[in-house]
Amino acid sequence: MQIIKDFFNYLADPRLFFLLSVAALVLLMWKREMFAGKAWGYGILAFLAVFLVFGAFDPNFLLIIAKPDNVPIVGLIFLIVFFTWYSLRQGVLNDRRIAAGLGPEEKEEADRVWVWPDLVYTELIALVLCSVVLIVWSIVLEAPLEQPASAAATPNPSKAPWYFLGLQEMLVYFDPWLAGVVLPSLIIVGLIAIPYIDTNEKGNGYYTIAERKAEIFLFLLGFVVLWCSLIVLGTFLRGPNWNFFGPFEYWDTHKLEALTNVDLSQYLWMRLLGTGMPEFWLVRESLGLLLVFAYTFVLPVVLAKTVFKGYYEKMGPARYYVGAFLFLMMMSLPAKMLLRWVFNLKYIVAIPEFFFNI
Amino acid sequence: MAVETKTVQPQEPAATRFWNWLTETQVWKSVFRHNRPDNDRNRVLVMLSNVFLHLHPVRIRKSGVKLRYTWCMGGLSFFLFLVLTFTGLLLMFYYRPTLEYAYTDIVGLREHVPLGIMREMHRWGAHAMVITVWLHMFRVFMTGSYKPPREFNWSVGVVMLVLTLLLSFTGYLLPWDQLAIWAITVGSNMARATPFLGYEGPGAALLAIGDVKLVHAGSDARFALLGGTFVGEGALLRFYVLHCVGLPLVIAVLMAVHFWRVRKDGGISGPM
Ligand code: HEM
Repeated sequence: MQIIKDFFNYLADPRLFFLLSVAALVLLMWKREMFAGKAWGYGILAFLAVFLVFGAFDPNFLLIIAKPDNVPIVGLIFLIVFFTWYSLRQGVLNDRRIAAGLGPEEKEEADRVWVWPDLVYTELIALVLCSVVLIVWSIVLEAPLEQPASAAATPNPSKAPWYFLGLQEMLVYFDPWLAGVVLPSLIIVGLIAIPYIDTNEKGNGYYTIAERKAEIFLFLLGFVVLWCSLIVLGTFLRGPNWNFFGPFEYWDTHKLEALTNVDLSQYLWMRLLGTGMPEFWLVRESLGLLLVFAYTFVLPVVLAKTVFKGYYEKMGPARYYVGAFLFLMMMSLPAKMLLRWVFNLKYIVAIPEFFFNI
Repeated sequence: MAVETKTVQPQEPAATRFWNWLTETQVWKSVFRHNRPDNDRNRVLVMLSNVFLHLHPVRIRKSGVKLRYTWCMGGLSFFLFLVLTFTGLLLMFYYRPTLEYAYTDIVGLREHVPLGIMREMHRWGAHAMVITVWLHMFRVFMTGSYKPPREFNWSVGVVMLVLTLLLSFTGYLLPWDQLAIWAITVGSNMARATPFLGYEGPGAALLAIGDVKLVHAGSDARFALLGGTFVGEGALLRFYVLHCVGLPLVIAVLMAVHFWRVRKDGGISGPM
């Protein structure tokens, strides 16, 4: 027992957790023909269910998943896993039909049916089922109410509502002005921009993977891995002081984690050149500023001439640059994570004088 | 002489006979302007003459009524929104948004209202709606339904997604317990780091006239959000008004636009 628990505690470490999620996504897209099989889909769900039941016997695990406000996230895990698999499966099935010259299944369902009774009855059933689920849920589980608000007693950990925990998790890697303001705004802008950037005419109104591989991979990376899985991480695996705790680990308030993170400028001036930090911030942070500038403004140009040449030609400059900018902003999170994990890098640019840390 | 043969009509079940009688009464006919939808003509009429059903088209792609294609998530989001509006209205009868009463009103709701599950339905319904809206977006993406001519409706959807999260966020504060104020404190602390507009945000120091700072703790983005420098009386009132009036109004209008556009863009998407 303990060995299994230790194993999962180990796997859940943010580094492994994140890298494994990305690896799983890559594998899923790559070997989708295999994973589309029903045995895989139901197998994975069954594994999750068994894990949940197995875990529920552990007091620490139970404490987290049975917290009333965390129950929806347990549901979310199952739903996201199921629907990711399901839409992939439908895509694969359609791709087979398309390859055989049949066209997507939706094409055969182009004829019209009467809304009354075909749709209204479906809606009625959905509505009744939804009501039943909600009512049972409400009877079984009481809404939480803690002690009255008190400005003096800060709970530890202090967590935002669960749907923002992905953003709170970003605070580990970025300062609030980025994690809490700029990046969320870019997520909204980026989502709105999707239909205007994506010029692929195929895959409009039916499931397919083969005809839109890149789009689907990017969306799944953003939505399932960076958004949903970080919420799961932030909810279940972050305890007091936002320290990491494995699913079967006790949330010890006194757990200490060594903070050994170093800024890029410290690396440069103290460790590499050994001259001590320059006085003037512009000189001190010149390397970091240069790197950030290059990442944001030079890299898209370089990519347009090399790896993304095809996209650049297909999309035209305006769409390409907006898209590349948004893409790089999304990738800045995994990039910063890797830099943190590999080099203990704290800030690439650190100008606390102006609250300008990146 | 021909013998009269008596044919025995099979008796219809009582429920059917009742239904047939009911739908012929004057009262019924005054409410529903058409006959029973058991032939094509009446199936059209039922959709056209009823203001609620009229959100739908009369006929629809076969793929569009399938769970396989829509996951029913848009419809459930809307249904949950209606449930939340109704249960929220009931909660408003019991709840006063002041430091003095907010918490005790919730306790009272729990202790004095028999069989009360309105608060539960409202809270779990809100969580569920966040999830259904995400899944709806997920399905729209996976079927490529945001592609022309539905770009704009996707954008409207994204705005509603943000509004759904904001509705949930503003509601989170109202019970005024530890969970509430600290979650909102963590969330709204972000606003003070807004570039230029938050007093701890990059660039805010530049907005000054001589020595006088324009952006300080008492004038920045967070102050505007909370109506104060911490989560207190002002924040409670602001969140209450936004939660019960402001945001629901905006999202309701956008839903009207959204549904209208689903139809004007050619109904549920499908391959050309
Ligand atoms: C408050 C939230 C929302 C409600 C109540 C809602 C409701 C609906 C409904 C009832 C439909 C009809 C088809 C279906 O059920 O799938 C629909 C379609 C659609 N929705 Fe939403 N929606 C919401 C949010 C969103 C979001 C967040 C997005 C995208 C980011 C979105 C984009 C679309 C698009 C593009 C369609 C057309 C799909 C097609 O033709 O296949 N909606 N919506």
